Amino acid sequence: MLRIGIDVGGTNTDAVVMEGTKVIAGVKSATTDDVMSGVVNALRDVLAASGIAASAIDFVMIGTTHFTNAVVQRRNLAQTAAVRLGLPATASLPPMVDWPEDLKQAIGNHAYLAHGGNEFDGRVISPLDEEELKSIAADIKAKGIRSVAITSVFSPVSSDFEKKAGEILAAEIPGVHVTLSSDIGRIGLLERENAAIMNACLRDLSAHVMNAFRNAISEAGIKGKFFLTQNDGTLMDAAFAEKFPVLTFASGPTNSMRGAAFLSGVKDAIVVDIGGTTSDVGSLQKGFPRQATVAVEVGGVRTNFRMPDVFSIGLGGGSLVVDGVDGVKVGPVSVGYRIKSEALIFGGSTLTTTDTAVARGLAELGDKSKVAGLSPDLLARTGAKIIAMLEDCVERSRLSPEPLPVIVVGGGSILVDGDIAGLEVIKPNHYGVANAVGAAIAQVSGEIDRVYALAEIGRENALEDAKARAIDAAVQAGAARETIEIVDVEDVPLAYLPGNATRVRVKAVGELHAQ
Amino acid sequence: MRSDGYLIGEADLVPLSLGAALLGTGGGGNPYIGMLRARELVRKGAEIRVIPLEALKDDEWVSEVGGIGAPVVGVEKVEEGGECLRAMRAVEEASGKRFSAVISAEIGGSNAMEPLIAAALAGIPAVDGDGMGRAFPEVQMTTYMIYGADVSPAAIADEKGNVVVFRNIIDMYWLERFARDVAVGMGAGAGLAVAPMRGDFVRRTAVPGTVTQALSIGRTILEARAKRRNVVDEVCASTGARLCFTGKITDIERRLEGGFARGSAKLVGSGAWNGSEARIAIQNENLVLWVDGEPVVMVPDLIINLELDTGEPLTTEVLRYGQRVAVIALPVHDLLKTPQALKVVGPAAFGYPELTFKPLEAR
Repeated sequence: MLRIGIDVGGTNTDAVVMEGTKVIAGVKSATTDDVMSGVVNALRDVLAASGIAASAIDFVMIGTTHFTNAVVQRRNLAQTAAVRLGLPATASLPPMVDWPEDLKQAIGNHAYLAHGGNEFDGRVISPLDEEELKSIAADIKAKGIRSVAITSVFSPVSSDFEKKAGEILAAEIPGVHVTLSSDIGRIGLLERENAAIMNACLRDLSAHVMNAFRNAISEAGIKGKFFLTQNDGTLMDAAFAEKFPVLTFASGPTNSMRGAAFLSGVKDAIVVDIGGTTSDVGSLQKGFPRQATVAVEVGGVRTNFRMPDVFSIGLGGGSLVVDGVDGVKVGPVSVGYRIKSEALIFGGSTLTTTDTAVARGLAELGDKSKVAGLSPDLLARTGAKIIAMLEDCVERSRLSPEPLPVIVVGGGSILVDGDIAGLEVIKPNHYGVANAVGAAIAQVSGEIDRVYALAEIGRENALEDAKARAIDAAVQAGAARETIEIVDVEDVPLAYLPGNATRVRVKAVGELHAQ
Repeated sequence: MRSDGYLIGEADLVPLSLGAALLGTGGGGNPYIGMLRARELVRKGAEIRVIPLEALKDDEWVSEVGGIGAPVVGVEKVEEGGECLRAMRAVEEASGKRFSAVISAEIGGSNAMEPLIAAALAGIPAVDGDGMGRAFPEVQMTTYMIYGADVSPAAIADEKGNVVVFRNIIDMYWLERFARDVAVGMGAGAGLAVAPMRGDFVRRTAVPGTVTQALSIGRTILEARAKRRNVVDEVCASTGARLCFTGKITDIERRLEGGFARGSAKLVGSGAWNGSEARIAIQNENLVLWVDGEPVVMVPDLIINLELDTGEPLTTEVLRYGQRVAVIALPVHDLLKTPQALKVVGPAAFGYPELTFKPLEAR
């Protein structure tokens, strides 16, 4: 199976061609303002480097920051109606209550509260009121809004109301895009609703972007199917991604961690991804990034996405090195993409970490003679400082006393030499394009998050039921059933609830079904 | 008219919720939703006035209110908003007494905000104090109940308009049992108001100044972060908390017993505690801290896990393997250390009969 992985980052668009588990070629090219021409360039370059015909490519997997950036920059967002089902509950806090004002205004601040919703155990808070929804639909239609997000209380336990309301609105408003919160998020009403609303406001853009990707790929002569990677390191096909653009948020760090696991063959490790300006450090468990347990903000909006728990510091290949009275200071200021003109080895006048790495003989890059005059003492202290900075991050991410290896990837990997915190350092081949590799090897997942009354069905039965549902969800998403593994099972007893009410979360992952 | 006290403004709500989370000692529920609800009210012009205990007159009636239910329901089925107010009104009707102020049952966690919201909606002040000085899991675990507050009439209200009044309840344990059952029937999220308390009784039995304390703790954390100072050090310095352990969580075990999340966390030491080990027993809140096998702090004193770097108070649900934490301890108020109080909130009441409460200061 031949596949191409692409990672569209803020600075670079990286691409790899892979045959099965082998990396045939990898290239880095600049991300362009329109994003698309950068993707076209990367596709062209990586195909040329691999010597493989475009027509032979089976799949293209793309990781992109496009949708995150649209929200962060408040650009290309559609007017969106947020409909919540739960009255009389939740009346105290309307949708988007804690959003930044500019983002709220960018999508029109159209919020509607309606009856519906469930209790934690599935009982109904209040029945759905069809007339009420029809009058909301009329208002939405009159305002010319075509994107709607529907969120019902405890919809992760029962999504019937969201589905029914979605049908009613779709029937009343021709051409409307409907996002149901139960398709996106887990328990935590405001965070799940926020994700649904952000998704809805990206629907117009996603139609446009997916079309552009489709064109870029066919322009390159590729006939194969294409996918986008989501924040849990798994894939969604083009049709699904068009419906759920919000799931691409934070897929970048996930891809580089997954790529690191793949390239090194190590599934439990600490991953250090050193870019031009920052280093991201996270922990891999069974080949997947460990996820954050606290709320993650995107563009100032609180979400409960499955985001990798990544710690970032201002250390990269372009970080400034300044020697002062308090010792040597490295970063957080970086020359970033201007490294090609400002670093000493490229004829510039700024001392960067890359210069010190070249002077120490860790990399062959630029003009080595320009850094020949740096004092060995400064170089040694800079090297020690870099390692100390990384050690601190690695210690934070370490989950167990076992001596896990540290996998170092990213363009800035040349800064690292020797052990970190006494742990073995692995620098796999193709470390510079690990993120594109991570996109290329992404798998397909299914996940469920439900509350079970264990007193009624027992823990074993509850877990079995949850696993079966997760596996079905993975198959639904395109995984080959025989390759599916349960990668995460978590059951949390719900305090203060009798009947042993327990929240069970299961994730199943499998290989993409070939064809 | 009272001239004393102060108003809680929008800018106070985040620090207040952060301080409340810290005083939650690992439990009490997340005050984020309550913070937003209070902020909505303030933005609409409602006045949240906090008055000191001393401002209460002997013969006025004070309402103890709070949310009752499961923290996870609190983040999903957000309140209609008037639950506690309806419960208060039902108690007024059943008792024939009119409330002139509201006081919190527990300052720790989400119930720091609820009484402020109820007071603002009722147009009466909230009292600067509470019945725990921290968070505890059950209704009877307040200084008011411990020192003989009337148990009934009490009332519980849901978002739908249901109000259940408990007219004759023989003791506080029965109130806890019935209120818990009704709360679950209401969807595990409801507002509870207990019997009217006289002003002189509240002055004598409430833990004083805890709203102000929470506010000040929150401000300390935010200011330390803004100035890039060590948050844990600043919190200890400003509150008199003792740093009892720093280290990393190496094991976290959770199980369900009697409707509560019980379990324990194990830690290995770092910094000054390098080479030491610690264990924290948990029942929604942190109950006991052992360092190298010795019980160092125990309930009712406050045991608080702060994330080592950010000083963020960690609730017991979010504790996980590998987290780097500072365990700090605050002495609980003297009202919770009398023999009478320890029967209700001492180590034995939480299943540690072998431990004899040793107050933090005495060590």
